[in-house]
Amino acid sequence: MSFIPREQLKTEAERLYNELKPKAAELTARDRRAIPQQEMPSQAPEERVKNMQEVTYGYSKEQAVVEALRCLQCKKALCIEGCPVRIDIPAFIKAIVDEDFKKSIDIIKRDSLLPAICGRVCPQETQCQEKCTLGAALKDKNKSVSIGRLERYVADWERENNLVTSPDVKPETGKSVAVIGSGPASITVAGDVRREGHRVVMFEAFHRPGGVIVYGIPEFRMPKAIVDAEIKALQAMGVEVKTNFLVGRTRKLKDLMDKDGFDAVFIGTGAGLPRFMHIEGENLVGVFSANEYLTRANLMKAYDAGRADTPIFKSRKVAVLGGGNVAMDSARMAKRIGAQKVSIVYRRSEVELPARIEEVHHAMEEGIEFRLLTNAQRVLGDEKGLVQAIETLSYELGEPDESGRRRPVPIKGSEQILEVDTVIVAIGNDSNPLIKQTTDGLETNKWGNVIVDENCKTSLDRVYAGGDIALGSATVILAMGQGRTAAKAINQLLAGS
Amino acid sequence: MNKIREKTQLAGNVFQYVIEAPLIASERKPGQFVIVQIDTSFGERIPLTIADADPAAGTVTLIFQVVGKTTEHFSRLKPGEAVENILGPLGRPTHIEKVGHVVCVGGGIGVAPLYPITEGFRRAGNTITAIIGARSKELLILEDKMRAVADELVVTTDDGSYGRKAFVTEPLKEVCAGPNPPQLAVAIGPPVMMKNCAATTKPFGVKTFVSLNTIMVDGTGMCGGCRVTVGGETKFVCVDGPEFDGHLVDFDNMMLRLNAYRDFERQAHEGCKLDAEIGKLQGGLV
Repeated sequence: MSFIPREQLKTEAERLYNELKPKAAELTARDRRAIPQQEMPSQAPEERVKNMQEVTYGYSKEQAVVEALRCLQCKKALCIEGCPVRIDIPAFIKAIVDEDFKKSIDIIKRDSLLPAICGRVCPQETQCQEKCTLGAALKDKNKSVSIGRLERYVADWERENNLVTSPDVKPETGKSVAVIGSGPASITVAGDVRREGHRVVMFEAFHRPGGVIVYGIPEFRMPKAIVDAEIKALQAMGVEVKTNFLVGRTRKLKDLMDKDGFDAVFIGTGAGLPRFMHIEGENLVGVFSANEYLTRANLMKAYDAGRADTPIFKSRKVAVLGGGNVAMDSARMAKRIGAQKVSIVYRRSEVELPARIEEVHHAMEEGIEFRLLTNAQRVLGDEKGLVQAIETLSYELGEPDESGRRRPVPIKGSEQILEVDTVIVAIGNDSNPLIKQTTDGLETNKWGNVIVDENCKTSLDRVYAGGDIALGSATVILAMGQGRTAAKAINQLLAGS
Repeated sequence: MNKIREKTQLAGNVFQYVIEAPLIASERKPGQFVIVQIDTSFGERIPLTIADADPAAGTVTLIFQVVGKTTEHFSRLKPGEAVENILGPLGRPTHIEKVGHVVCVGGGIGVAPLYPITEGFRRAGNTITAIIGARSKELLILEDKMRAVADELVVTTDDGSYGRKAFVTEPLKEVCAGPNPPQLAVAIGPPVMMKNCAATTKPFGVKTFVSLNTIMVDGTGMCGGCRVTVGGETKFVCVDGPEFDGHLVDFDNMMLRLNAYRDFERQAHEGCKLDAEIGKLQGGLV
């Protein structure tokens, strides 16, 4: 796949638009299948590695309509089954064909509160697009209708045209809900509960709300302005946001209910405890968790070395351990901060990379090296404790394991030395134990995730939880889905009391 | 929020601020710390131990030494001005109980977090021997406050300009070898001082707690930048600490990690001091 400049994509889409739009109603399934999939326009790789701006531009109007015309409008829409919140996908795509973008975004918003975010970060190829009939007909799920890009198009269209309307808020009920954390699950709960007229206070430990989207996902993939707009929208509805407030330390969870009078609590604190490999040399100078590296770069703005007071390690050669989105983000961030060579070290093969396909492609375009079927065995340092290299071992794929993926098996005697000065560990997160440690009676499973029932209620009365703190490391859309479930249950609880 | 009520210069580059932070003041316990960020847009987050608190007045006392750009900026704030962000109280509180005789050792700025811990042990009914030391007389802090909560106070300076000319480890060793050896030692100060204190008490089998002040970003367990090796295991200072068994801490690795950004910090601090000098000159010209 080679890079195609934005202008070329736009011109080509305009040609197709002029040709296809007039006969949109008569297009047969065969005609639709023949329409080329619209590439996502993006900054040229050699340019974007020098800046922090969003890599992708989003579709032009013509591209959106042409891509929407590829949708077969299946009666039995399998894509909806693939969507965790069951957005009426054919209907919102049909509205794009009709160029009624307001209708389109309104259809999405019936089920999803954060389309501008989900359109950018959802792993569509394992959700809606995996089930797409068109992709199946073309025998390539990567050729499915680009549902996520279309979702993003209408969400951006609405925001850029200032058409985002604040939902109606019912008269004040006098009841109040504490929402702990300010990421996707919490944003959803805050919005849905506030609509019913309940007071909502959102507590965030950092100095800035937004959760993982703000500290973790880089600006070049998820512009902060979009998250800020979501938080502002909540504040416009009357949601109060308290930053620098760590529930469990600044105030105990139970005190929020017993002393401060909150009628219910939602825990949406995310999976904020980085996993390490537990290998030799992991505490040498130059080994970072992806959380630390990305937080320094994103939230603390260390990329802006002239102005930020927070330092970031000056790296020349970087190894990123892991193959998920966070690994891709870390690798691409390291490149932007000035590393000459960045390698992803992942113990399975390319097809098993858990990252979104688009992120993998972008990383490859940006010159990130992929050392697949390879794992780090130990980190080697010099007498000053600085990282010098990692020792890796090669793997081959054996029988499928409990996750259904083929188990990587080490190859004896395949040790190699990879010279690096920086190692970024991006192998996932466990649940942060703070709330559990400071809240008696809150039950968690063996991974430390808060146990919830089908309504996202925890073992404690009037306490709910959702997102990564309940799911383990998952996705924005699943967090949002749980937020909706919890909000519904909280609203029912408060209506009845 | 977070307004500075009082500012005192305790020593050359050591400052004490009494800051409005009512929630932290009412929740904090000895051994805990806060994360301070002076400026939301581009400021750095730094951990500072809580030296004291007054829940009725809604204030906490922070004592810090100027070591880099952020602490330099912090030291220039005036009473009435506010710190944009303070998060806390963080970390596990000191486990305070009656054990008998406790020796509390503070080096330099480490006397600040040592004070509330010493007071706590005293209040729990322990006999307290306190040893505080500094490089020289001007750098010694909180002598009177420590004297008030100790049964016996020993003061040392490296250069002999005040008290006994010795490192704190000398009197510590004497206390351990004396007729009334302590059941517990608490040592807080520069890493090398804590390392030496732990090495001093070890042969006597005196359990020794140290309070670590490592590099942190969030202070809530999220980044792992503060990790240290304790008894062969990786621990996070922010959520597992800040206090650990001094006989198990890998101080050498911790000291290397503390220096990870030293060049950056030195440059930033120099730049910042230079800006201040230029500012003064410009101010003088107007």
